[in-house]
Amino acid sequence: MFNVIDSAVPIECWSCSIGHTHSTLFCPHCSKIQPPPGGDYFQVFGLERKFHVDLPALEHEFHRLSRKVHPDRFARAGEKEREWSLADTALLNDAYRTLKDPLSRTEYLLKREGAEIGEEHAGKDRKDPSRVPADLLEEAFELNMQLEEMRMAHKMGEEDPQLHADLEQAKKKFEGLLAAVDENLRAQWQVWDAGDEAARQTAQQTMVALLDRRRYVRNLVRDVTETLGA
Amino acid sequence: MAESNQTGRVVGIDLGTTNSLVAYMEGDAPVVIPGVDGLNLVPSVVALDPAPPEGGRPTVTVGNTARKALIETPERVIYSVKRLMGRGLEEIQSELKLFPFRLAGDVEAGEVPRIQLGEMRFTPPEISAYILRQLKRNAERFFGAPVTQAVITVPAYFNDAQRQATKDAGRMAGLEVLRLVNEPTAAALAYGLDRAKEGTIAVYDLGGGTFDISILKLRDGIFEVQSTNGDTHLGGDDIDNLLLAIALDEIHAEHGVDLRRHPGAVQAVRKAAIEAKIQLSTEPMAHFDIELPNGDRYQREIPRAVFELLIEPVLQRTAGPCKQALADAGITPEQIDEVVLVGGSTRIPAVRQLVDDLFHLAARGKKPHIELNPDEVVALGAAVQADILAGASKTTEEMLLLDVTPLSLGIEALGGTVARIIQRNSTIPASATEHFTTGVDGQTNVAIHVVQGERELASDCRSLARFDLRGIPPMSAGLPRIEVHFLIDADGILKVTAREQRSGQAAKIEVKPTYGLTDEQVEGMILDSFDNAEADFAKRLLIEARNEAETILSAVERAPQSPAWAQLTGEEQAAIAAARDRLAAVKLGEDSAAIRAATLALDQATRRFAELMMEAAVSVAITGKTMEAAGEELGEAVTAPHPMAAAEFK
Repeated sequence: MFNVIDSAVPIECWSCSIGHTHSTLFCPHCSKIQPPPGGDYFQVFGLERKFHVDLPALEHEFHRLSRKVHPDRFARAGEKEREWSLADTALLNDAYRTLKDPLSRTEYLLKREGAEIGEEHAGKDRKDPSRVPADLLEEAFELNMQLEEMRMAHKMGEEDPQLHADLEQAKKKFEGLLAAVDENLRAQWQVWDAGDEAARQTAQQTMVALLDRRRYVRNLVRDVTETLGA
Repeated sequence: MAESNQTGRVVGIDLGTTNSLVAYMEGDAPVVIPGVDGLNLVPSVVALDPAPPEGGRPTVTVGNTARKALIETPERVIYSVKRLMGRGLEEIQSELKLFPFRLAGDVEAGEVPRIQLGEMRFTPPEISAYILRQLKRNAERFFGAPVTQAVITVPAYFNDAQRQATKDAGRMAGLEVLRLVNEPTAAALAYGLDRAKEGTIAVYDLGGGTFDISILKLRDGIFEVQSTNGDTHLGGDDIDNLLLAIALDEIHAEHGVDLRRHPGAVQAVRKAAIEAKIQLSTEPMAHFDIELPNGDRYQREIPRAVFELLIEPVLQRTAGPCKQALADAGITPEQIDEVVLVGGSTRIPAVRQLVDDLFHLAARGKKPHIELNPDEVVALGAAVQADILAGASKTTEEMLLLDVTPLSLGIEALGGTVARIIQRNSTIPASATEHFTTGVDGQTNVAIHVVQGERELASDCRSLARFDLRGIPPMSAGLPRIEVHFLIDADGILKVTAREQRSGQAAKIEVKPTYGLTDEQVEGMILDSFDNAEADFAKRLLIEARNEAETILSAVERAPQSPAWAQLTGEEQAAIAAARDRLAAVKLGEDSAAIRAATLALDQATRRFAELMMEAAVSVAITGKTMEAAGEELGEAVTAPHPMAAAEFK
C-alpha cells in the first residue's frame, strides 16, 4: 500500500472535490493522480523508519510505483495531471535514490531524527583540521606530507619508487579503515532498529561520529588515489 | 496549451548531426517513414533557394536537394547545425574554424548566435526547425493526416541549454514535443522490443557529431539507466575534418592551390573525404581523386592502416567516458551482458575493435549488437517511446524508460565554489530544495547562479541560468527564508520555483538563461508556414486536393482532341462529362475529402479512355514514334493523381 498517512483534515481532491482522509497518490473516488503526499521518504515506500532496508524489495516497489506515476503515463493527460505526475515522480526518485544507498540513507534518517550531520559541499570542510579524528592525527599528518612530496615529484617529472610504495601502503591501510567504519555503522543500524529510546540515543551519537570519521578517511583515500593516478 | 491532444499519431524523430529520420509504430514494430524521394535518411542540411526576382522571402529546402546545393552555392547552405544548438558565441569559435558557418556580425555577447545564410539570418533552433518541419511533412504525407506531436531524441550528454534549444526548434516547427529522449536510451528501447531480455547493457553511440555511452539495467520491461557519459563534440565530423585537413594541406603543397579560400571546392574535397572514410570500413584501401580548379588532379591512396593511425586520437577520446560510466554505475566491464552499437561511425572496424577492448567482449565470446541499422536505430527507438507516450498499445504498455541527468546541477556558493544539489546520473525527474536568505537589512532580492558540470569551481562549470528572486519582504538580514525548489523534468530540463517562507509569499523569479532564447523570441520564430496548426493543415489538404482536381480536369478538357475519344461509346462519354461536371462543382467548395472522392470518380470514369490512349500510343511507337514522345502525348490522364502523391507547397 502506498504511503498511507493519516490526516485529520480531509484532503480535497483537485479533480472531483470529494475529500479523502488518507494522503494517497490516486483519489479513491475518481482515481485521478494527486499532488505529492506529505511525509518522509520511508513513507513513500510504505516503510517503517529503520536503517536496514530490504533492497530487492525496495527496487521492486520503486518499479511498481514508477509504472503508475511516471510522466510517460500522463504524456497526453491534462495539465494538472501532468504536473502532479511530475512532482510525484520526482519525490519517488528522490526517495529511492536516498534510500537505496546505505550512506545517504543513514544520513537522511539521522537528520530526520534530529541529528546534526556535518554538511559537505565540494571544497568546503575538506581541509578543516578540527575534523581530524584524534587517533588518526599523526598518520594523517604524515600522509599529507607524503602526498605533498609526491605532488612535487610529479611536477619535477621525478619518480620515487619508495614513496610510491609507501603511498600504496597507506592507501590500503586507509581503505581498510573505511571498511571498518562501514562495518561499525551497520552494527549500529541493528542496535538502533531493534533498540529502545535510550539505546537509539546512544547509537545515533555513535553513528554521527562514525560518519564524521568516514568522511575524513574517504577524503584521504580520494587524495591518495588522485595523487597516485596523476 | 491547457489540454493536450488526446488523439493523433505521435511520431519519433531522430534529429541528427548528419541525417534526420522520422519513424512510427506500425502495429508492434517501429518503421522509418521515407521522404518524397523514397529515402529514409533526410540529410540535416538546409539551403536557402535563390531569392525570387520579384522580391519576397526565399524558400528553404531541406535534405538531399539542399545537399546538392552545397557545392554550387555553399554560402546559402548549412549543415551540422546540431553542433551549434544551445551554445554561446564564445563557445562555438572552435567549430567555426572547421565548418563554413558564417555568423551574423552584429550578434552581441550573451545573445543566441545567428547564422548568415545568403541574405538572411537564422538562429540554430530555426535551422533545426526547418529540418523538423520537413520530417513532419514527410509523416503527414505518409499518413494523409496532420501530425502535431513528437518525441525527439537528443544526445544523452546534452546539457540544459542544448535540450531547451531542441525543444524550441520543435515548437517553431509546429510540433508539441511530448518528450526529449536520450539517443542511446532510444536505441536500447529499439533493441529491447524484440528481445525480452534482462541484464545490463551498454550502448556505445558514436554519431556524426556527438558521442554517448549509457549503461542500462533491463528488468520486467523497465529500462533503468544506471549512468551516462559522453562528449557532445566528438563524432564522424572530426574524422572527416582530419582527412579534409590532410587533403587540403597536400593540395596546397603539391599543386600550389589554396582551396580553403574556395568554399565550394572545400565541400567537394569534404565529400571525397567522407566517401574515402566509408570505403575504408569495408576496403583495405581508399582513393582520393579530385579535379582541382586549375585542371590538375589530386590523387592519393589511403591504406586502412594509415587511416586508423590518423583517427586513433579521436577514437581514444571515447574511452574515458566509457570508463567513467562504468565507474559511476559501480560495475566492471565483465558485468556488461550486451553492448549495442549506434551511429554511423560505429561501422568503422577500428571503433569496433576499441569497443571490444573496452568491454572485453571477444575474450568472453561476445559480439556487439549491430543487427539494427545503426543509422536508423535511434529513430526506431524514438517511435517506441512515442508509442509508450501515446498509451493504449499492447506492445509497449509494460515498457517504461527511467533515464538520468548526465550532469550535476549546482549553485555558485561563496568564493566561487559549487554546491552540488543534484548529482549526475540521478534518475529524472529529480528535485532538490535549498534555502536562501539575505545578507543585508531590507534586502528585497537574492541572485542565484545555477551551473551544470562536475568541476569544483563555478567558473569551470557551464553557466545555466541566473535566477533573481524578487519581491522579498524587507526584513533584517538573515531573517527571510526563501525556499527554492529545483526540478529537473523528464526531458532533463530545469524548472525552478521559489517561496519566501516567513511571509508565505511566492517570490517572483526572473530567469535569465545564460544561453538560449526567451519564450517571446521562440514565439516570434515559429515558422510562418501553413502547417503550424490543424486548421492550416486542412487548408493545405484543400489546396492539394484542388491541385489534383485541376490536373485531371485539364486533361479531360483536352480529351476530345484525342483520336481515342471517338472510340468511346456515347454512354462512356456522358459518364465522363457527368463526373467532370461533378468535380468542377465540388472543387469550388471547401471539403477536401469530397474533392478527392470526385477526383477519384472522374479518374475511374476515364479509365477506359486512358487505356485506349495507351494502346494508340503503343501502336504509334511501333510505327516509328519514340515511346517518350508518345508518353508526352498521353497527358496526365494516364497517371491519375494518387491521393498520397507528393504535392508541392509554397
